[in-house]
Amino acid sequence: MMRVLCVAGSLILGGCEWQADARVANAPHRSIPSAHPKDAPAAMRRYGCSSCHTIPGVTGARALVGPSLDKFAQRQFIAGRIPNEPDNLMHWIQDPQGMKPMTAMPNMGVTDDDARNIAAYLYGLQ
Amino acid sequence: MTLQTMNALDPKAPQAEWIADWFWLSFWLGVACFIAFAALVLFGTWRAHRRDRRGESNELSPATGRNFVIWGGLAIPLALVAILLVASTINDRAIARSGRAGDPLTIEVRGHKFWWEIKYRDPLNPHRQFTTANEIHIPAGRPVRLLLESADVIHSFWVPNLNGKVDLIPGRTNDIVLQVREPGVYRGQCAEFCGVQHAKMGMLVIAHSLGEFDAWWERQLLPHDRPSDAIALRGHDVFMRNGCGTCHTIRGTDAKARVAPDLSHFGTRRTIAAGTLPNSPGHLGGWISDPQGIKPGSYMPAIPLTGDDLQAVIHYLRGLR
Repeated sequence: MMRVLCVAGSLILGGCEWQADARVANAPHRSIPSAHPKDAPAAMRRYGCSSCHTIPGVTGARALVGPSLDKFAQRQFIAGRIPNEPDNLMHWIQDPQGMKPMTAMPNMGVTDDDARNIAAYLYGLQ
Repeated sequence: MTLQTMNALDPKAPQAEWIADWFWLSFWLGVACFIAFAALVLFGTWRAHRRDRRGESNELSPATGRNFVIWGGLAIPLALVAILLVASTINDRAIARSGRAGDPLTIEVRGHKFWWEIKYRDPLNPHRQFTTANEIHIPAGRPVRLLLESADVIHSFWVPNLNGKVDLIPGRTNDIVLQVREPGVYRGQCAEFCGVQHAKMGMLVIAHSLGEFDAWWERQLLPHDRPSDAIALRGHDVFMRNGCGTCHTIRGTDAKARVAPDLSHFGTRRTIAAGTLPNSPGHLGGWISDPQGIKPGSYMPAIPLTGDDLQAVIHYLRGLR
């Protein structure tokens, strides 16, 4: 009986894992060419992203003011209403106030290069 | 000016140099003792092994044993400790006497949980005085004497590049001398556990050339005018309407309370929340929206604001220059 339970349990848990992997593998592929995502965490800490968002891989980014950016690569919307595509994301990072007036996210003077790197980093968060 | 690495072994002032020198003296004496002991242990092990193989006794003669104890256990340690004591005494006296000559500038520092209140007074004219917070601006090339007091519990003032630690004790005024030769930015922090956010009670010491310091002083003295652009005006209105003035002061406005850092000229500050975060729009937004998320146990409550009001306040505060 125990053996049956163990095998069944493993199949179920393994199955969940398989589902998650399948979700990632089949999600829309979002990427930003010619970017340096490794430079993004330092930039995010400098601009202040870490003070409002929880961001995996960025030290100190544990905040709950804005939404968590966990699994951002798989999200379908930016800010609840903008399709999650590379151009939209970079635009959003540089001008949230223009794209969604009344949002709490400030314009932070993010440079083109930094927006590119940050977007590329976020698209690495599977 | 870039921020210097906060490092007691990278002295940028005479007092810190003397302290670092003493550290290195004691460090190398310690290294020498360690090497001597290690050598003795290794030699003793080797000697015992060799004598065992030859069947000889490993005993020391009573005279040799006595010599070891008298020299190694008494005379040499006493000499080393005496060296350190003399060096330490010379250091302490030098530090205590420093900064008296050369017309020191006096600045009052008052420690709070978990921020630093700094008061500047013109000695010749009592009406010319102002209060700021968390950034201590000083002139390079002129000794500065900080008077240290506390509003609540014991804190300690420590800027490792510049000097040692001196406590801020409620009911008492201590003092410390900062004597920076060249302009620069130095970080310091509270060095006596004072409560749940002791670790985030930092400060910056910013040393200017003499001319720049005078200009900074005069600018800080000025009260703020009514904002001229619409968003800043809205930001000021949001600030007052939401009770920020019941804790903070902004000179020139009706915000006159003193239980929290003075925010006059806030736009010129490099950090927020006592050195916790850089003063950027993103960090400021996160701090105002959720101070307890960043510095839980500090005394600023979360003020719920709409997105527009938040942008206005950020714009207003960063415009206070």
